[in-house]
Amino acid sequence: MDTFVQQLINGLTIGSIYALIALGYTMVYGILRLINFAHGDIYMVGAYAGLFLATSLGFAANPSAFGFVVTLVGSMAIAAAMGMAIERFAYRPVRKFSKMTTLITAIGMSLLIEYLFVFFFEGKPRSFPQLLPNDNITLFGNATISTSQILIFVVSMVLMVILQYIIYKTKIGKAMRAVSFNLNSAKLMGINTDFVIAFTFALGSALAAAGGVLTAQYNPKIDPLMGIITGLKAFVAAVLGGIGNIPGAVLGGLLIGAAETMVVGYGSYIGIPSTYRDAVAFAILILVLLLRPAGLLGSNVQEKV
Amino acid sequence: MNWVKSIIVGIIAIAILYVLNAAMSATGFFGIGIDDYQSRLLVFIAINVILATSLNLINGFTGQFSIGHAGFMAVGAYASAYFTVTHGKAIETSLSGLGETVASSIVLLLAIGIGALVAAIAGLIVGIPSLRLKGDYLAIVTLGFAEIIRIVILNIDAVGGATGYQVPGYANFLWIGIFAIITVVVIHNIVKSDAGRALISIREDELAAEAMGVNVTRYKVTSFVIGSAFAGVSGVLFAHYNKFLSTNDFQFIKSFEIIIMIVIGGMGSMTGAILGAIIVTLLPEILRLLPAIQIGETTFQFADLRLVIFALILILTMILRPQGILGTTEFTDFFKRFRRADKPTGGLE
Repeated sequence: MDTFVQQLINGLTIGSIYALIALGYTMVYGILRLINFAHGDIYMVGAYAGLFLATSLGFAANPSAFGFVVTLVGSMAIAAAMGMAIERFAYRPVRKFSKMTTLITAIGMSLLIEYLFVFFFEGKPRSFPQLLPNDNITLFGNATISTSQILIFVVSMVLMVILQYIIYKTKIGKAMRAVSFNLNSAKLMGINTDFVIAFTFALGSALAAAGGVLTAQYNPKIDPLMGIITGLKAFVAAVLGGIGNIPGAVLGGLLIGAAETMVVGYGSYIGIPSTYRDAVAFAILILVLLLRPAGLLGSNVQEKV
Repeated sequence: MNWVKSIIVGIIAIAILYVLNAAMSATGFFGIGIDDYQSRLLVFIAINVILATSLNLINGFTGQFSIGHAGFMAVGAYASAYFTVTHGKAIETSLSGLGETVASSIVLLLAIGIGALVAAIAGLIVGIPSLRLKGDYLAIVTLGFAEIIRIVILNIDAVGGATGYQVPGYANFLWIGIFAIITVVVIHNIVKSDAGRALISIREDELAAEAMGVNVTRYKVTSFVIGSAFAGVSGVLFAHYNKFLSTNDFQFIKSFEIIIMIVIGGMGSMTGAILGAIIVTLLPEILRLLPAIQIGETTFQFADLRLVIFALILILTMILRPQGILGTTEFTDFFKRFRRADKPTGGLE
């Protein structure tokens, strides 16, 4: 029982990170029908931006809550700017072309970010400083939860509530929903669709960067290729929940995170070694697409001729 | 007869290859010779031509978007390597009466048969469920399958697992070149056949193709299986030339490299795929020739920027020329204008 609770806590911790990243995938897909392959790399950029801010502003030497907040918000801002730049210079010029063209551009963008970082910061992992003192709190029995895990739960929850507020209670959120419903009609209604799309990229990138900084607090090894697998898993989370559906992305992220740690913890009893950890998400993806392509919370869309 | 012509062209190409092979040793071919480095490059061009043309059948001609081609290459490589490691020597000794060259060639051909078959079966298993999906979903699923294949291989201790796998070196320049030519001829003939027209109709408009009576699912799966089989062949050749296999050779980046080849060359053009394979193989070597650049304290080599430059080329191609260098035109199309006007050409061009 103790180990089960422990696995569940660990799973939901990773799951919250997947959920944060999945939100960006789902928002961009909802608006442009584009799988933003570079989104996982924005998560990596967020972690590096956090490292840069924490070391250059001196928060690494003396950990404090203030330092953590500045690092988090700063890296979110950097990632948001980067997300907007990617949209402006890579995706906007190809938006009018076929879907395959935009997909290839996204793959190219992802490779570009990854290997620029490999070139400038070397491929080997770097360690991320602890910005807040880390303790383990014993819950009951032997299950423990660390402060960095609590931090991940709290910060991701707060960010998701803020996102929900932006999308459902503000004017720009209304515009986002209109654009995702129908881009051309939204344009005819006088919505500045280019701005709305750029804003969506900024929002999604900021959430991914928050995920990056939070992961780095929990598992302080960051490297330029860390975004590939995590990004793909977050995408799977978005598909599992129903792509384009915001609560779905959160649900999907938590489920993928839990499923993954359960396989690591208990897979050996049913003949799945823990090395299959990374394959779990893809197996889930394939099952979802075959059994319920619209995802858990999504609705089916009929193809029109 | 179109297919007769392309087979004749193929035979001529193999003859040229034979001459090139003779030039491999430094003393051969009027003493000009080709050194090891150049022959290695030619081999990798040939392997990449197989990969690019076979992926082009799926992505360029059928209009599906698979980005997991390296997975099938891995299947072919490991399946055939397991065969040659366990049975290769025994078969070679039992055939030793035919001479060493013939015996080892027969082992290689058997390995290629096994690699192609196993990769085709893998293609069938992956293709049937995933080809129900379209566009970007298909892309992600193929990527996922390729990664699952890699992780599964990584966990099989019989093929070395994480430490890598030593493979006997049965493949040489001549065989790899011959199979590159066979691949090009076979895929060219498929594309020009009735089935090829059906594939292109699926690419142009799936619903319309279905309405015209094309069995869309069957053709999609068939093209996927054929493409996977040839990816398997390239894996066999790579394994038995490189003499060492590691699952690191078949990561995402390998699949992306093949995508880059066909995208740069032009999806839906045989010539484009070959051109792309040549560019992607040679570009890193050209970058290596450039001098190191010093900025402040640090010096850097252009060769380290290989993947950055590929990524930039990919993005710029999409923005400036989304159809790639050649689009869907072929090398032979450039000679069409020289044909006599009164000569009737095919009605279905």
